[in-house]
Amino acid sequence: MTVPEMEVLGRRIRGRLIEMSHRARTPHLASTLSCVEILVAAYWEVLALDPRNASAPERDRFILSKGHAATALYVALAYRGFFPEALLDTFAEPGSRLAEQPSPGCVPGLELATGSLGHGLPVGVGMAFAGRLQGLAHRVFVLMSDGECNEGSAWEAALLAPAQRLDRVAAIIDYNKWQATGRSNEIMALHPLREKWEAFGWSSYEVDGHDLKALIDVMAHVPDGSGKPVAIVAHTVKGKGVSFMEDDNNWHYRAPDADQVRRAKAELGLL
Amino acid sequence: MRNAFADELTAMAAEDPRIVLLSGDIGNRLFDTYKRRFPTRFVNCGVAEANMIGVAAGTAMSGLRPIAYTINAFITARCLEQIRVDVCYHKLAVVLVGVGGGLSYASLGGTHHSCEDIAFLRMLPNMTVICPGDPVEVRLAVRAALRHAGPVFLRLGKKGEPVVHEAPPPFTIGRAIVVRPGREVCLLSTGTMLPVAVAAAEALEREGVLAQVVSFHTVKPLDEALLAEVFTRCSVVLTIEEHSVLGGFGGSVAEWVTEQPGLQARLGRVGTTDTFLHEAGEQDHARRRFGLTADAIAHKALGMLEASGARGERGR
Repeated sequence: MTVPEMEVLGRRIRGRLIEMSHRARTPHLASTLSCVEILVAAYWEVLALDPRNASAPERDRFILSKGHAATALYVALAYRGFFPEALLDTFAEPGSRLAEQPSPGCVPGLELATGSLGHGLPVGVGMAFAGRLQGLAHRVFVLMSDGECNEGSAWEAALLAPAQRLDRVAAIIDYNKWQATGRSNEIMALHPLREKWEAFGWSSYEVDGHDLKALIDVMAHVPDGSGKPVAIVAHTVKGKGVSFMEDDNNWHYRAPDADQVRRAKAELGLL
Repeated sequence: MRNAFADELTAMAAEDPRIVLLSGDIGNRLFDTYKRRFPTRFVNCGVAEANMIGVAAGTAMSGLRPIAYTINAFITARCLEQIRVDVCYHKLAVVLVGVGGGLSYASLGGTHHSCEDIAFLRMLPNMTVICPGDPVEVRLAVRAALRHAGPVFLRLGKKGEPVVHEAPPPFTIGRAIVVRPGREVCLLSTGTMLPVAVAAAEALEREGVLAQVVSFHTVKPLDEALLAEVFTRCSVVLTIEEHSVLGGFGGSVAEWVTEQPGLQARLGRVGTTDTFLHEAGEQDHARRRFGLTADAIAHKALGMLEASGARGERGR
């Protein structure tokens, strides 16, 4: 898929996310919109995987550690062919397999049930260790939120991975500058985030998290030859793609009404 | 107990290449043989228990058989949410091994006392809780745990615990082991209290009371068949644990009792009380402070037996 085609796909995914949040009245829409390009780059270019053989031992792993962005993962997996798109229509309905945050094994392609923050990186480090021991060359990408970098367990994992020279694990931080109730750099002293990862022994990069080519360039080069795990600080905009949602943290919890859905889709060129 | 654990684990690691050992920066020298033989299958995860549990989960998801080992107080309470979400929610074959259960590390102070952990872990869906009664049971429990298809918590003492079983008994998760026959009193012991329970039975025998001793190594799932038999046959049943009487083994049996009609026996619980211990002293001292001694247990059993009237009938 070409980058322009992936950009179109990103707009389609955003439209679906907005519709799902509206229909189910679910929160965290803005958190899903900030990581769309990261998911597109991963699932349509970087990850070595086969939707028809979703649990192949040699597959690359992608862990959505920011579980509150589950709808973005659901849509990506469905569009990538892991399960029928019709299942998306059941999202958050009573009894549906698709809850607001993913449960274990809810759909093919889901690597880890998340929702509580700070779990993905430790598990990803374990997967990378296992892969090395088993002689598999797979990589493990863990998508975290910036708010998630508040959690001590994330930094425990950050200390262990370089000590074990696990260069096939990558932490991607969706640095949208907001967490639930405020600026992520004011609530906790995140800045300078890339330098923190560097100081912890990670080969670290900063990219525009909405620039597909830049994302692919850095993600495709894991492992990067340094012998270290890779940290990718992806600068993003919360609510990206919809003018009246961008960088407005009210959309951490708010669900759009019908008129807002229409306006958003118009902006995305989907009407 | 810990030496029996390390020894058995090393033997099993030779049989099963999927076994990996994660340590929370303890066990200095304990795993020297294991590390020499299986250097790539050992990770010192540092003093970072939450991460260690996540790493264990990740390795289990990849088809390995991880054992995560550190001090009991830390591998339970410190990382409870990781155990709940990463391990139990995903129903992974992760074995958590805590060394220094109960008051084993009494002299190190309240941070190292561990008398609430059984309660924490037995609440978690999919979790199996095993408290071996002596070094022989430790070996058997390690084997059983590493063959179990879900999460297991193995609660050990420290070192130097006496051997109770002269020969290895049949060992099945969820099936308690009768260690000593008896009649009107039954002492259900879990974990490190087993030698004390045997001594209590000996003290009761001197008083003319035949007390059965059961090593109730698996707290979850409960051996309900054995409980049903014991509670319909005996007059007094005591649960004995180096753990709080709240929510642990005794609490678990009490929950079971409330749902059973027509039981004959009265239940008594022996364990630590709902308090922290704020003083120096070794394990024996701490146990005495909570009445976790053979004499105190025998005394409690006799008192309950007399109150039940069963003893008077025997015309002593």
